[in-house]
Order: sequence, then structure tokens, then C-alpha cells
Amino acid sequence: MSESRRTYDKAAYEAHLVELENKSVYLLREAYANFKELCMLWSIGKDSTVMLWLARKAFYGHVPFPLVHVDTHYKIPEMIEYRDRLAREWRIDMIYGENKAALDAKETFPDGRLSHIECCRKLKTEALTHTLAGDWPRYRMNHDTGRYEVDSNTEPYTGVIVGVRADEEGSRSKERYFSPRDKNNDWGVGDQPPEFWGQYKTDFAPGTHVRIHPLLDWTELDIWEYIRRESIPVVSLYFDQGSGRRYRSLGCAPCTTPVESTAKNLDDIIEELRTGKFSNIAERSGREQDKEDGGGLEELRKDGYM
Amino acid sequence: MNIVIVGHVDHGKSTVIGRLLADTDSLPQGKLEQVREMCRRNSKPFEYAFLLDALKDERSQGITIDAARCFFKTAKRDYLIIDAPGHIEFLKNMITGASRAEAALLVIDANEGVRENSRRHGYMLKMLGIKQVAVLVNKMDLADYSEEVFKSIEAEYRGFLEEIGIRAKSFIPVSAMQGDNIAAQSSDMTWYKGRTVLEELDAFDEKESEADSLPFRMPVQDVYRFTGSGDDRRIIAGTVESGRLKIGDECVFYPSGKHTHVATFEHFGAGETPTEIKTDMAAGFTMTEQIYIRRGEICCLSGEKTPKVGTSFVASLFWLGISPMVKEKNYLLKIGAAKVPCQLKEIISTLDASTLDRGKKDKIDRHDVAECIIECSKPIAFDLTSEMPKTSRFVLVDEYEISGGGIITAEVEKTGISDVARDLAMRRNEKWETSSIPSELRAKRFGQRPGIVIITGHRYIGKKAMAKELERELWDAGRQVYFLGIGNLLYGVAGEIKVEGEIPDRYEHIRRLGEVANIMMDSGMLLLVTCAEFTANDMEVLEATVDTEHIHTVWLGDKVTTDVVPDLAISDASDRDATAVRIKSFMAERGLIFI
Ligand SMILES: Nc1nc2c(ncn2[C@@H]2O[C@H](COP(=O)(O)OP(=O)(O)OP(=O)(O)O)[C@@H](O)[C@H]2O)c(=O)[nH]1
Ligand SMILES: [Mg+2]
Repeated sequence: MSESRRTYDKAAYEAHLVELENKSVYLLREAYANFKELCMLWSIGKDSTVMLWLARKAFYGHVPFPLVHVDTHYKIPEMIEYRDRLAREWRIDMIYGENKAALDAKETFPDGRLSHIECCRKLKTEALTHTLAGDWPRYRMNHDTGRYEVDSNTEPYTGVIVGVRADEEGSRSKERYFSPRDKNNDWGVGDQPPEFWGQYKTDFAPGTHVRIHPLLDWTELDIWEYIRRESIPVVSLYFDQGSGRRYRSLGCAPCTTPVESTAKNLDDIIEELRTGKFSNIAERSGREQDKEDGGGLEELRKDGYM
Repeated sequence: MNIVIVGHVDHGKSTVIGRLLADTDSLPQGKLEQVREMCRRNSKPFEYAFLLDALKDERSQGITIDAARCFFKTAKRDYLIIDAPGHIEFLKNMITGASRAEAALLVIDANEGVRENSRRHGYMLKMLGIKQVAVLVNKMDLADYSEEVFKSIEAEYRGFLEEIGIRAKSFIPVSAMQGDNIAAQSSDMTWYKGRTVLEELDAFDEKESEADSLPFRMPVQDVYRFTGSGDDRRIIAGTVESGRLKIGDECVFYPSGKHTHVATFEHFGAGETPTEIKTDMAAGFTMTEQIYIRRGEICCLSGEKTPKVGTSFVASLFWLGISPMVKEKNYLLKIGAAKVPCQLKEIISTLDASTLDRGKKDKIDRHDVAECIIECSKPIAFDLTSEMPKTSRFVLVDEYEISGGGIITAEVEKTGISDVARDLAMRRNEKWETSSIPSELRAKRFGQRPGIVIITGHRYIGKKAMAKELERELWDAGRQVYFLGIGNLLYGVAGEIKVEGEIPDRYEHIRRLGEVANIMMDSGMLLLVTCAEFTANDMEVLEATVDTEHIHTVWLGDKVTTDVVPDLAISDASDRDATAVRIKSFMAERGLIFI
């Protein structure tokens, strides 16, 4: 490890966080101003939660669009509890979608019928595509009863805010802030729109939609530093609760393994990322779908995976 | 700090970065081995570039297609390094990457020398406003580490950069493949005494803070009011481009010229609510006098240099669209938060950025740079690039795609029919005394919003009788309404102008009608006006005077016989009662009267 990694200029880092925050707020406001059918994909993880917080920054405590969560029904139970608690406390317009047919037919990896990638494709990509398009049921939280009900709005979303970060993996480092998807949800990686001077792709043909990526320039460390700075509540699964293990990245229970770590609070996590054992190990190393050789995630992403 | 690396295809940009990451131990554990392993498995020679070129097509073709970002840090600071592609086909990706940077490294192959994209990329850096550039002469290993080769490339390219107005910070001889002068001094080029690439990065200046001392500019991104969630604040939101603004300051919005004072800055989350906002802040404030403005205006500080306002301007632009930019075609222009239709009016000259050869064409082809005149269908507020570069920048949208970018270099003399009306309206707004009673309160009390309903159509169709009956019915229903007969205006407010004069006289009548209407509407009134055969030009003059959202047009008669596009057309207006009912429900739909 090089010497430089250990030094850390607090003031410069704070300025860096402020810069990231300003940029993200700008992007969220551009999204809100330009897309009538706008939603935010919400995975419950730390990135999604920072993004939600940034929306509350941008709109001064409000979240003027729905959050959409793709429920694979294999999420760790605490994640769903956390989702619904936050929705109630912050009065979030919370929606979830699912691939009911695949789940009913047990066409999943945990049921032994599909590979990791195929399972992701069914439970995430397909469910996401149809939930966004509005041709599969959307379940929306009714704040009077605290329960989910089938949403009567079936309009396709034309603007979808997603919390991907460029540092996560190769193909994400080539993403745009405003990234168009065609009718089949495809991502044309080789031919992306130009973006400069704070002007983005906000005009789109009927039937297509645009993904908006306000967190593109953030790193995993930035996310945790910001969570600490703003005291943002996150799922307890990220912390070691005494077993010597914790989750670094959250996903479906069968496919996400906790890492060996005794980080019990935000300070510990940040220390671990800055100088400790994770300072040069990629975050998604615990995720199965990334391991299949060169371009596995790129392929999934081309089809609309986040 | 954001750094972009540019240059001609295959000159070694990705390799420089890959090497930099590897030599400074900045790669995630196992990444180097993973790429080596992948190369072995596919029987390909190992390339440092594969550390960046993550897309499948990039690895199989050995070129960079899209700019990659990677994160990297030195003892001094954190870097975001953007690896731009060098192939001409991906110029738009190079621009995307470069526009995010504060400084650039430009790579030239020692063996191939200066090539067309070495020059084109240099020119693009200039247009994008990137001032700090260091040049790396790469592949010195292939040129026997020769000082002469290096010196001759330096002399040639330095000359080119000076011609376009860039002063290179330094020229560094390197071999990305061998690691010479990248992270460590080369032992093969002892004749070179300057900095390594790593040292040069740390020597770049932090973002220039000069923007803070320029006049205040904040494009209005939106005006928020989340009344539905029980929040009554009306917040002007935007990101500051330059200057500073404090609580109590008077701000003026352009192009409208409307003004108010800053009441409070708004804030959510950790930290203090600011008392002042400055460059790059994503901010929001409330106003002391509630004025009606929308996304697209630019907020300025009263007393400082004002922006230019107009529909035409001279610009220098680069075109990226597959189909060329041509005259008489509609494009969308986006500047700040404003978005207006525009056309290419005139091409003054075109330039091949890879040779600096000037020419004259009747269209602007892909990758051309051109000096031209653009005309918008509505006025925009802008600055000149020589004075305030950030607020002089715009992009052009062709169909659904951003297809070009430009910087405004000069104003154009105003000649349009509504230019005079617009300038007068802006001056009037700058001086307008905002009522101490907010328009919302008036709206609440009167159960209506102010507006002007233009009843137009064929001559002799009974427009006036219709308007008078409508006035009576609205009055009986408790509305504050007034039929503004044009005669009341012609001989008084416009007494010195010929009644049956030339076309310009007609426009001046309409302008004055608009100004009278503005005063009456500020008092909360609903106005009914009749006018025979109202045209699109009439509308243009009226819209230059009165806020568009206040104007509502109704056409009576079987065919619309002018070029105006009415908001409501009633083909059979013979039954007056039925017509009145339709107009009233139209007014309710448009939120003019509340039921
Ligand atoms: N001998 C030698 N070869 C080099 C050097 N730097 C790069 N190369 C080779 O030049 C070729 C092109 O390098 P890249 O880094 O892919 O070039 P690039 O500028 O990123 O190319 P594009 O991104 O496609 O424009 C590769 O085969 C490299 O191995 C060097 O210093 N010496
Ligand atoms: Mg490259």
C-alpha cells in the first residue's frame, strides 16, 4: 500500500463531499424538471438511501416522486422492514413490483432451476422492466393503512433515477448521468449521447425512457463519509452485530455473502475503507453475477439491469 | 480534481493511465492479475489499456470507445481521471469526458508525431474552456529516447496551441509501456529535467475561484411549492454559475426583468443554513415580494452587469450530429435552464479543427466548427464568452439528440417586430412596483386569477355583443371582470398614433393594450377583449408585452382564417347562451375562475 493512502486532508475532503452533493442535487432537479413520469429505483442499500437523502436536500424535505423497489422476495427480511419503516416516517410514496409468475413457478436460483445470471434476469431485470412499463401490477403503500395496494397508475415511467456508481465496475464507469434506454430497455453502450456544460439528454422518443444517475461520481468511501456527515439511517446489516461478519453490499440473501469484519459503526467502516482491509478490495467482490467472465454485468446491464 | 486525457487514436492514452494506476498501487487488489489472466486465456498480449477499456468491444478492437472514469489519489489530493477515446468516431465521447475536467493531459505518439486529432482535441479543449494543458510525448522507447524527436514535436505542437490561444504548462517525454517519467524519473532520458506525469498532476492549479468575483448568475432550475405536503414556501432553486448573493439582496430575473429581494436561503440536512450563496452551490431561496417567474430565467444581482437579452446572437459552435446542421430547420437550444426553438440563420465561416483551414459552406457537417448566427423563437438571456464564459454556453438538440455545442461571441442588432415591445417590457419589469398584496391573496378573495381573454374571429360575427354578455354573466356570478373596449384605448392611451395606420401602428396599439392589461391584471382583474382576425404576429407582440400564461384566445366562427392558433375554437357561435357556457367552462379549465 502506498504512503499516500494514509494521508487525509479533512478540509479538502469536506470540499469534495460538498462538490459531489451539489452536483447530485443539480441532477435530481434536472430530472424533476424534465420528466413528468419520474420515479426513483430504490434498492434499500446504502447508495439508494444516500440518493433518497439527496432528493430530500434538493426538494427541501420533500420527495416529489415515487420510489420503486423491485422485490425478489429473497431479500434479507430486515431490508424490507427498513424499507417500510422509512416510507412511513418520511411519508415516501413507496411502490414495489415483482415477477410473480417466476416466483410461483419456482423458476429461481434458490429453487435450483436457474443459474445466478438467469435468476437475476427473471427476478430483477424482467420484474423491473415490467414494473417500469406498468404492464405488471405495481403495489403502492397506502399511508392511511400502512399496507400495499395495487396501484391504479399504470403509466410507464419515462425518467428513472438509479443509484449506480462509476467505481463499482467497468461498464458503469462509462455511464452517462442521463442515459437513454430504448423500447426493449437496451443500453447502447457504444453510442451514448454527449453530455457537457451541465446539459443532458432530456428529450426522448415515445416508448423510450431515460435513466438518471445522480451518484455516478461517488465512491463507496464517499457514500459512507456522507452517511456519517448527514447522520443518515442505514440498515443494521451493514454493521457487525457481534458475529464478526457484516454485509458490505446488500442483495438477495442466497447470493450475497457477508464479509469478515468487525466494523460496528460508521467510524469503523470508514476506517476500514480508508486504510484498513478493504482499502483496495472491490466492493462487489461478494456478488455472484459479477464473477462470470469479462462483461457479465455489462451484458445484464445492456438488458436493463441496474 | 478532474483530469482528462486526450489525443490521437492509439497514441497511448489508456496505457498512460493504466501505468499510472499500476505504478502508484492504485488498483483494487487482484485487478492486474485478473486482466493478465484474461489476456492469457484469450491468447492476447497484455495491455495496460485493458485496465480502462472495460467494454467487450473495446478489448476486442483494442481501442477506447467511451470515456472511462477512474479514481486515483496522491498525497496531495484525490483525482478523477477521465480516459477519452481518440478515434474521430467517438469525438462526442471525448467531449463528454473532457467537459468534466479542470485540466488535461494531451498525448502525442513520438513515432507518429502530431496527427489530426492531436490538433482537433487541442481545439476542443479550447472550446470547452479547459485552460490547463500538459502534453505528453509518448512511446519514447520507439524513438530511441531521442531528445531531438521530442524537441521537434514540442516545437510543432506548441506553435499550434499558441495559434488557438492555449499555453501548454509543460511537455513531458514518456514511455507509458516502460513506465518512463510516468510515476518515476526515467533513467533513459537523463536529458529531461522536468516533472514526471505524477508530479505534473499535483502541479495543476485547483479550480479557479475567479467565478466568485464575477457578476451573480443563477439559472432558475425550478420554482418549488409543495403545498400538497403542507409546505407554503415558494422556493427559487438553482445552481450558482458565478458570483455571490446574500439575504436582503435585490435580484433581477432575465429575460423578464422582474425583480424581488432574497428573504431566506433554504436548507435541509446537516450543517447551517447559508446566509450567502456562491459559485457551484445548489441553492434555493424565498422572496420578499412574490413574483411569478419560471424555469429558464436567469437570476442576477441588481446593480451588477446585466446579461444580454435577445433572440439572435453570433456563436462559435461544433457539430456532432450525423446529419449536418442546416438552415430553415428547427432545433432546440438549451442554455442554462432555458430551452427554446431556434434556427441556423447564417453561416459566417466553417473551420476544420484538425488543420485550422477556414471555408465557407451552406451547412455544418459532423465534426465541423463554425462561426454562425442563431435565431431563437423567444428571447433568451446570455453573456458573451469573452466576459463570462459559463453563461455563454449552449447546446443544440436535433430531434431528440444533443448534436452540437457553442459559445456566444457577439450580439446581433435587433430588428424583429416584437423586439421593441420586449425591451420595453423588460425595462418596465425592472422598475415595476410589486404590490404589497400578493397575487395569491387577491386570487383567493376574488375566486379567480387575472387574465386576458381575447375573443376573436371573423368580422361581424358578434364578438362584442358576446363579450358584453359574458362580462355581465361573470359579474352576476361575483367575478371581478371588465370588458376592455379597444376604442377606450385608441383615442386616449394611444391618442398620438393613427387609428387606421400602417402595420407598425397596429403593433403599437397591441403593445399599449398589453401594458394597460398588465396594470389591470396586477389588480386582480379578469379582462375581456375583442379583436377582429387576430394574427400570429399580433400574438407575438402581445406575448412580448404580457406573460404568456395570462393570455387566452377564443376564436368564434366556422374556420380559423388567420395563422393564429387559438386556445379554444367555437365553430358555431350562433347560440349566444351556449357559447357563453363554453367560454366559461374553458375559463374554469384554465384555472381563471374557481368553481
Ligand atoms: N512501444 C510502446 N507502445 C505503447 C506505449 N504506450 C502505448 N503503447 C501501445 O500503443 C497501443 C495503443 O495504446 P492505447 O493506450 O490503447 O492507446 P489510446 O490512445 O488509449 O487509444 P484510443 O483510446 O483508442 O484512442 C497499444 O498497443 C499500446 O501497447 C509506449 O510507451 N511504448
Ligand atoms: Mg484509450
